[in-house]
Amino acid sequence: MSAPALRLYYLRMAHDHHDHDDDHPDNTLDPMAARVRALETILVGKGLVDPAAIDAIVETYETRIGPRNGAHVVAKAWTDPDFAAWLKTDATAAIASLGYSGRQGEHMQAVFNTDSMHNLVVCTLCSCYPWSVLGLPPVWYKSPPYRSRAVIDPRSVLAEFGLGLAADTSIRVWDSTAELRYLVIPQRPAGTDDLDATALADLVTRDSMIGTGVARSPGAP
Amino acid sequence: MNGPQDLGGQMGFGLVAPERDEPVFHAAWEKRALGLNLCAGALGKWTIDESRHARESLHPADYYASSYYEIWTKGLEALLLRHGFITAADLAAQLAVDPAPAPRQILTAADVPARLARGGPCDRPMAAPPRFAAGDRVRTRNINPTGHTRLPRYARDRAGMIETVHDGFVFPDTNAHGEGEAPQYVYTVVFTAKELWGEAANPDLTVSIDAWESYLVPA
Repeated sequence: MSAPALRLYYLRMAHDHHDHDDDHPDNTLDPMAARVRALETILVGKGLVDPAAIDAIVETYETRIGPRNGAHVVAKAWTDPDFAAWLKTDATAAIASLGYSGRQGEHMQAVFNTDSMHNLVVCTLCSCYPWSVLGLPPVWYKSPPYRSRAVIDPRSVLAEFGLGLAADTSIRVWDSTAELRYLVIPQRPAGTDDLDATALADLVTRDSMIGTGVARSPGAP
Repeated sequence: MNGPQDLGGQMGFGLVAPERDEPVFHAAWEKRALGLNLCAGALGKWTIDESRHARESLHPADYYASSYYEIWTKGLEALLLRHGFITAADLAAQLAVDPAPAPRQILTAADVPARLARGGPCDRPMAAPPRFAAGDRVRTRNINPTGHTRLPRYARDRAGMIETVHDGFVFPDTNAHGEGEAPQYVYTVVFTAKELWGEAANPDLTVSIDAWESYLVPA
C-alpha cells in the first residue's frame, strides 16, 4: 500500500472508531478493539493484508451468505422429492446446484428429522458450522454451555430453546469432529400444503436447521 | 491435546443463552477479526488444523474467559509470530516496525468471492480400500496425544458402530504440526448414550462423531 493510501486507511479506521465505539469516551478503545486494530495496522503496514478484502469478507457474511440459503435448501427438499433424495445421497452436490458452496460447506451432509428422530448438531471441539448454508454461527453455538451439554443432556438444552420433544422421540446428536458439515432438514409443518417454496422458506428458522428449533407453523410468530 | 477446547460432557458452564434477533457481529472489531483471520490464512503458510491447534493451545483460563473472536485473534497472533510475519516489537509498537517475509500471495478484495466460493476441500484420493464397512462394530482408541487431535475425550475407548464410510480426508493430527496430510478414511461412528455416559443416560439418545481410521480398532 502506498504512503498516501496508508494515510487514508488510518484516517478511515479512526472514523470507524468514532462511528462504532460510542459507548467509550473519545481516544480510548476497549482492549479487544485496540488489539485487533493494532494487528490490522501492522499487517496492512507490511503489505500482508488488503483492508478492502476484509470489507468484502464482512459484506459477504452480512448480506449474502446466511440462513436464508439453508432455508431455500429445506423448502426445495419439502417440495421436490427428487431433490430431497439427492440431498440424502450427495448433499454437497445437491446444495451446490442451488448456488451454495465453498468455505465451511465443502463437505455437506443433510440429516432429516422424522416423527421418531430429532437431529441436533454441535461441535464440541471448536465451532464447526455449515457457513455456506447458515452463515456465521451464533454466539451460543460457539460457547461452552452448548458445546459441553449438547452431547450429554440435549433435552435440557432444547428446553432452554423452548423446544419440548415428545417423550417417545429419540435424539441423535451429530458432533462435527471432522470436515463434514451438517444441515438438519426439519419436518414440514402441518397445514402448509397450499404454500409454495418461497412461502415455505419463510417458515424455516436458523435454529431449525441446527436442531435447536423446529420450523414455524404458518401464522406463528 | 486434552485442552480447554474439548468440552463435550464438561459441567458447570451454566445455561445456554440464545439471543433473540442476534446480529451477525456484536462489535466492529469482530468484523475486522474475522476478516484478518481469513486474509492471514490466505497467505498460505498454515493449515486450518494448525490454526485450530493455535486456538486450543491458549491457557485454559484464557480460553474460557475469551469470546470466540477473542480466541481467534489470540490464536492468529500466535500463528503470525510463529511464521515470522509479525514480531514482539511490532506488537509492542502497534505498528509495522520489523520487516516481514514477502508473502507468496495476498488476498485482494476482487479475489474474495472466488476464494470463499472455492473454500478449502480436504478430501483426498485414497489408494487402498477402507478398513471398515457400514455396520461394523468398532472401539475408539484410548489416546492422549500432546499435539492436535480430533478424537474428543468423551468418545475415547468407547464401543460404537460404523454408520457411514466417508472419503479419505487430511489427517489433522499430523497436518496441524507440518507433518503432512497423511489422508485417512473418515467414518461416522454412532454410540449409545449409555456407552458414553453410563447407566443413568437417556436410552433414547445416540451420539455420533466423525472419526479418522486410525482412531478406531475392531471391537
